[in-house]
Amino acid sequence: MASQVITVSSGKGGVGKTTAVANIAVALAANGSKVACVDGDIGLRNLDVVMGLENRIVYDIVDVIEGRCRLRQAMIRDKHLPDLYLIPAAQTRDKNAVSPSDMVRLCNELRPEVDYVIIDSPAGIERGFRNAIAPADRVLVVTNPEVSAVRDADRVIGILEAEEKHAPALVINRLNPALVKQHDMLSADDVLDLLGIALIGVVPEDETVIVSSNRGTPVAMDQKSRAGQAFRNIARRIKGETVPFLDLERQAGIWDRLQKIAGRR
Amino acid sequence: MFNWFRHKRSAQNAKERLQLVLIHDRTNLTSEELTALKDEILQVISRHVDIDTEAVQIAVEHDGRSQRLVADIPLRSLTRRRAG
Repeated sequence: MASQVITVSSGKGGVGKTTAVANIAVALAANGSKVACVDGDIGLRNLDVVMGLENRIVYDIVDVIEGRCRLRQAMIRDKHLPDLYLIPAAQTRDKNAVSPSDMVRLCNELRPEVDYVIIDSPAGIERGFRNAIAPADRVLVVTNPEVSAVRDADRVIGILEAEEKHAPALVINRLNPALVKQHDMLSADDVLDLLGIALIGVVPEDETVIVSSNRGTPVAMDQKSRAGQAFRNIARRIKGETVPFLDLERQAGIWDRLQKIAGRR
Repeated sequence: MFNWFRHKRSAQNAKERLQLVLIHDRTNLTSEELTALKDEILQVISRHVDIDTEAVQIAVEHDGRSQRLVADIPLRSLTRRRAG
């Protein structure tokens, strides 16, 4: 199987991009794939702490690009999953240390080593984002069911369209089913309707996400967590499986349908 | 009861506001510019035919990720004008 480079972006910061990268990577690796995550946020390294690998860093992405080490030396092996690796971001303040063509070259070098390369894009639509999407075969856009996050996601989708990238897929993160039910949060269908791209997963708001990132063990490892289940489903969909969406993922509740029948919407 | 109605509205409110803002973001058209565009379109058309300005509808609609400017401009019939 040819390896795939998947970039996870969002536009707005704080929507759960890094959490999504860590969890999708863990779920793919736990499912028998060989995976390398790349932290693309130069100067603001954080994928390492979410994955619990912060104490193992010797070399980073800029060291590889500038030839101070070999690629293999910068690939940190995960504590639990032997087929999962992280290439950490540099903490250097020079955001221009990496260019889009550097990223393409790095990913081409990674492709023969792994099945999936997952790149954590920085927030924003500047250089770091351009770097992150340059090598992508596929882009996942993470958003929250909130006005600011949806608006920024739309900007990112627009840029990807202009770059003629393969149509991105949407991850709706931190959906609160109770709020959706009482019509105080955009439903997954609302967000899809607004953004007009394909859905690849809906992740419920879940306290276990915070607990597990405190511990540096992504929630996808937790078989009981609903958010973990949602991330595992996304990983299976990436592999091409057809996985039905969780109940909470389809928020067209009875009330909604009644209203539609009554012609109020 | 009042609370219940207010509750129902916030998601709907978010969706309606986003629909407008996304049209502007995607087309780079502010609502003032859109109004100016509509006025100019109507001016040009009314130079050639008599239109029913009251019934005109011009709006940006979206279908998936593409937008289109949809105009419904009823023309006044010649016979009615003559009669009037």
